Amino acid sequence: MTKKDIFIVSAFKENSVWKQILGICSSLAVTNLMLNSLIMGLGVIFSLALANYTISLIRSYTPRSVRMMAQTLIIGAYVIIVDILLKAWMPEISKQLGPYVGLIITNCILMGRAEAFASQNKPVDAMIDGIGAGVGYTLVLLLIAFVRELFGFGTLFGFRVMGAGWTNWSIMVMAPSAFFILALMIWAINTYYYKGAK
Amino acid sequence: MDISAFVLFWAAIFTSNILLTNFLGMCSFLSVSREVESSAGLGIAVIFVLTATAGLNWLVYHYVLVPFGIMYLQFIVFIIVIAAFVQLLELVVERYAPALYYSLGIFLPLITVNCAIFGVSLFLVIRDYNFLQSIAFGAGSGIGWLLAILMLAGIRAKLKEKLVPAGLQGAGISLIITGIMALAFIGFSGIVQIQ
Repeated sequence: MTKKDIFIVSAFKENSVWKQILGICSSLAVTNLMLNSLIMGLGVIFSLALANYTISLIRSYTPRSVRMMAQTLIIGAYVIIVDILLKAWMPEISKQLGPYVGLIITNCILMGRAEAFASQNKPVDAMIDGIGAGVGYTLVLLLIAFVRELFGFGTLFGFRVMGAGWTNWSIMVMAPSAFFILALMIWAINTYYYKGAK
Repeated sequence: MDISAFVLFWAAIFTSNILLTNFLGMCSFLSVSREVESSAGLGIAVIFVLTATAGLNWLVYHYVLVPFGIMYLQFIVFIIVIAAFVQLLELVVERYAPALYYSLGIFLPLITVNCAIFGVSLFLVIRDYNFLQSIAFGAGSGIGWLLAILMLAGIRAKLKEKLVPAGLQGAGISLIITGIMALAFIGFSGIVQIQ
């Protein structure tokens, strides 16, 4: 597989959210605003790419018995970096994201990619796979957030889009809408992108 | 926060259900809810681990991390505490209650990576709960999670004989059901607000 193939497969064909239904927790919780989703996505891309790189570097020295723990600690270290950077540079957003930045550690996408790809492949390939999976995840987040912010607040990235007469749909701000939108998205993708190929 | 532990307990079950309003613990929620029995098993294990680790992590945070000024290490320390506790629990249950081990044992490793457990520990730091509140919040969240997964498992069991569009089968329809359940739980939200 060329590097471009690795990226495309992990970002689209095997997208963690819509194909493997991983990492749903955070993808639902932060998607009420597009800006939050983008920052969250960047945080995931950063920690996923670097964690994959590091895990792949030490893959032949890690004993099997402590592999999971080592992976968790490596991921944790990068997530702490993301958290500290956010607190320092964007305290407002860091507060809104709350515990969900820390929850990147238990995001199944990170463990999934570490197990499935990084522990068996070369460091650079693993990093590209991490970026791909992160971009795929961010894409889903932004799509859900687009619908929720547009209808829930009448804005996109905080800029007013809907006219003055627009009434906000309060359901879009609340939890159930996230479930519905993700479900509809998975439905559409299964039907048109995978053409029912199971 | 000067909200009583008793109120917090009920609020964590109904008005701020850990799964239906905070979206935590979705991964195992969707994969395990195929059967009512295993859902109940996992749910009970979650209640127990959640209550214990909420208390443990509160103690670790306030008596170890804060005095040494290393609060930024909380993510890693919490994960280690949770993983260690689950391992220990597995050993104890296997040694002293083999029957329980065979019914609940397989779920214990799943719990370490359940984001609800880790999320509750982070919430109680962010919201500055005291020890009693943390325990109540942990127990309430666990019961709320059990409630949600049991309801979904029950509905999915009925759904097996129904016709569902091909693309929507599995995760898709479960998400829609969860959404409807979340809608219903919004009905409780006027009773008490904790966030």
